[in-house]
Amino acid sequence: MSHKISRRDFNKLLASGVAGSALGIFGARTPAYAAQNRVVVIGGGFGGAAAAKYLKKLDASLSVTLVEPKATFYTCPFSNWVLGGMRTMQDIAHNYAMLRTRYGINVIADSASRIDAVKRTITLKSGKVLNYDRLIVSPGIDFKWNAIEGYSEALAGTKMPHAYQAGPQTILLHKQLLAMKNGGKVLICPPGNPFRCPPGPYERASLIAHYLKSKKPKSKIIILDAKEKFSKQGLFKKGWETLYPGMIEWRSGPTGGKITKVDGRAMSVTTDFGVEKGDVINIIPPQQAGKIAFEAGLTDASGWCPVNPSTFESTLHPGIHVIGDACIAGAMPKSGFAASSQGKVAAASIVRLFQGKEPAPPSLVNTCYSLIGTDYGISVAGVYSLSPTGIIEVPGSGGLTPMDADADHLRQEAMFAVGWYKNISQDIWG
Amino acid sequence: MQVSIRSLLTACFVSSALLGAGVEASAAANPAGSAAEANPRGQILSLSCSSCHGTDGKSSGIIPSFYGKTPEYIESSLMDFKSGKRFSTVMGRHAKGYTDEEIHQIAQYFGTVWKNNK
Repeated sequence: MSHKISRRDFNKLLASGVAGSALGIFGARTPAYAAQNRVVVIGGGFGGAAAAKYLKKLDASLSVTLVEPKATFYTCPFSNWVLGGMRTMQDIAHNYAMLRTRYGINVIADSASRIDAVKRTITLKSGKVLNYDRLIVSPGIDFKWNAIEGYSEALAGTKMPHAYQAGPQTILLHKQLLAMKNGGKVLICPPGNPFRCPPGPYERASLIAHYLKSKKPKSKIIILDAKEKFSKQGLFKKGWETLYPGMIEWRSGPTGGKITKVDGRAMSVTTDFGVEKGDVINIIPPQQAGKIAFEAGLTDASGWCPVNPSTFESTLHPGIHVIGDACIAGAMPKSGFAASSQGKVAAASIVRLFQGKEPAPPSLVNTCYSLIGTDYGISVAGVYSLSPTGIIEVPGSGGLTPMDADADHLRQEAMFAVGWYKNISQDIWG
Repeated sequence: MQVSIRSLLTACFVSSALLGAGVEASAAANPAGSAAEANPRGQILSLSCSSCHGTDGKSSGIIPSFYGKTPEYIESSLMDFKSGKRFSTVMGRHAKGYTDEEIHQIAQYFGTVWKNNK
């Protein structure tokens, strides 16, 4: 989307922006007179839980409340490992006990149903009302249920799981793979950009192939992709040829990959090139910002949330910061790592703002590992900074595992993937 | 005339920072907070490192820990990753994202933050 605006709009927005800022500082609750600055965080995933923890870590005097309906949070990272039979659901489960006891965060098992950006209040589903001085919204994604004819939340819950929010959906897809006959066909249907975890569907294909190769070797995986190219494409294709020759077929959008319709009863999908049947069908629908972001008016026409790239404060509602998959973060991908990096930057910014100090210019990182086989890992890294056009990748930095990486290098990356998961989950929920 | 929304946001932000300049700082006597007081730039550059290397650089898995290491050790390691003198799978790609001065700031932050945890 374009971020260019006219001079007249600029002046108008500037005026309203200053008014908003002035209200925030000299309004009903002035930091100088407040007994305790109150921050509420909505969403206990990679972004929200990291923000809550780092707010307390950076300023223990803050009152931090985390609103998250789920007592157990299952991570999308490593959920593909569960599908491949290399991890259990228990291995990817996290809770909020440490955030409560060690960091003194008030964790409320409820969901936000209404945000009043003017009164600075949140009404929870239970009816309870929370006041905040600053709010962090980290709602993750929601699915565009109407984007594919015939697909629905009900169908996802019974026959064609998306498995793109970890939990019961992961279990359902895993059970279907376990029940599938040898010689069966798995369809994986990823959406167009932008979407959560760009390499996710392709790691999924890899680890399902890992399972099928040893248990059901006559089976096949077809990826019906809405896109013309995908994340780490060269590396994935090389890995598939090496480990699973002939097992994974990828069809791009223009060559019959884009699905327009699904049929749950016939277990089939329709593309421009005809009907494709599958024994297991994984539909990953197009996405948008999580529901509460829409309801609070934090989204723009793109369905995602525009933010100040320095502090992640919404450009639509002062005092509310939006982080993670839901926000528009320039060159950064929508990933758990990016969300936690943004959560920390938002937390550090909020601490400085409460102190009446200017936040430091942001520095952000993304590091994502994908496993292709047990000893075959690849990665993408990115370091991001602020430029006049927004968040950009620092030129000359980051990038992918080299295409000519040897077996030892790939084995090390697979081991580092395990280390990555251990530390990032500990850094957020531990 | 077209103006980037980014400059607009910076303008708004600077205004709010100026307005808030007189506001008293909240009492934040805590370890990471005091390291940040001294080095806010180092802090913001360093926070992402913890995701792979553990909170405050204390790793619990195969990824190297740098908790308790000196600023000099951390700085020279990062500089060697950046130049390629030291082999890495991913650290070279990260280290190239920072100027020498930024690497110095990161090393200062992680090289001292653990002292405050004692």
